[in-house]
Amino acid sequence: MTNLHTELKESIIEQLNLEDMEPADISNDEPLFGDGLGLDSIDALELIVLLEKDYGIKLTDPAQGKEIFVSINQMAQFIEENRTK
Amino acid sequence: MGYKIYINGIGSISAQEEDLFSRGSATIYRENIFPAISPNYKEFIKPMALRRMSKAIKMGVTSAKIALKEAKVEVPGAIITGTGEGCKQDTEKFLENLLDLDEKLLTPTSFIQSTHNTIGGQIALNLGCKNYNVTYTQNSVSLETALLDAQMQFNENPEIGSILAGGVDEISEKITSFQKLDGQLKLNPIKNLDLLREDSTGTITSEGAHFFVLSKEKKENTYAEFQSVSIKNVIKPETIINEIENFLAKNNLNSTAIDAVILGKNGDNRYDYFYKNLQRKLLKNKPQLAYKHLVGDFDTASGYAVFVAAKILKTSKIPAILKLNNVDCKIPKHILIYNQYLGRDHSLMLLSAV
Repeated sequence: MTNLHTELKESIIEQLNLEDMEPADISNDEPLFGDGLGLDSIDALELIVLLEKDYGIKLTDPAQGKEIFVSINQMAQFIEENRTK
Repeated sequence: MGYKIYINGIGSISAQEEDLFSRGSATIYRENIFPAISPNYKEFIKPMALRRMSKAIKMGVTSAKIALKEAKVEVPGAIITGTGEGCKQDTEKFLENLLDLDEKLLTPTSFIQSTHNTIGGQIALNLGCKNYNVTYTQNSVSLETALLDAQMQFNENPEIGSILAGGVDEISEKITSFQKLDGQLKLNPIKNLDLLREDSTGTITSEGAHFFVLSKEKKENTYAEFQSVSIKNVIKPETIINEIENFLAKNNLNSTAIDAVILGKNGDNRYDYFYKNLQRKLLKNKPQLAYKHLVGDFDTASGYAVFVAAKILKTSKIPAILKLNNVDCKIPKHILIYNQYLGRDHSLMLLSAV
């Protein structure tokens, strides 16, 4: 697990107020929405803001979120490829 | 009005434990701003929903569910909420984000949840209730306005069997402290139980939620009959007695029928004189009770007075800690509640035993 994976998990826990949860509780390939972590559409908006604020990535097409926010692995890969900060 | 309205369920969250009536002793605070005692919210709200909620929403949803469970009502015919200042914690978060991030990249959650009607909305979502849902924000008569609307809903819609009505307010770090700057709070910290002995300006404040299940049907566990509520934004101190006599007359009663009065005295020597005429004249020989030394003063604090009145009428017990005088009443039948804040927003409520 890279530093980015851990950093992402910590940000998600803080930003989405996932109380009683530790980074180790989220596996890298676990689905973030639906049956996995159980995030919802408001969380998706929070994640879009998180990408722009922390990594300088602006999603122009909200539909992209569906592909990016699949799992921590997917998010980390997208950030590595597109980050501006 | 050819029917009666009964209080069949109550959910109370305040700075006092709910078992004040059985314990007899009160929780003591030595600050002028103090929090409500939180129940275990996880028993009432799913963790994934709970994580986003500010205290006002948690208190509101939880007290609503407690009241509904007690009344054995799953989905009420209406949800009517009163809140003087709404979801202040999320408002602060949202405004702080706005400043910190230079008005860019605002996260949605705190904005969505900062609106006053979030509490009523979250209760409805939690219950899956798609019925009438309105929130009133009328300073310190917000709860009373919600109760007045409940009366009107019963009156206008014969189909409605039960209504969930209540009031919620929370403290927040910055906005609540503005009350201190405005002189609404006492300058120096006091012990809450000394509030009514203080001779100084301002009061003490806290937070809480009180929801009531009102129904046209009397049940075994009914607390009391909710007779009437009256609101006047401005009253001259010398006409208070007149106002109360008129209010009682409209309910076919006079002052001799009142067995106890619950006053919203809050230790602010600039405005507590509004209660003096009542205490010294009209209801001089009646048990006089107060509650803001226990739960602080906030816009919907009168919910605690309704809770107390309903409990007294059901149990015929008046905890000593509420008493302002030594007059006793064995079996109270009618209780009058009078409240005002800063000399404005006067409300009268009348509850009767069943």
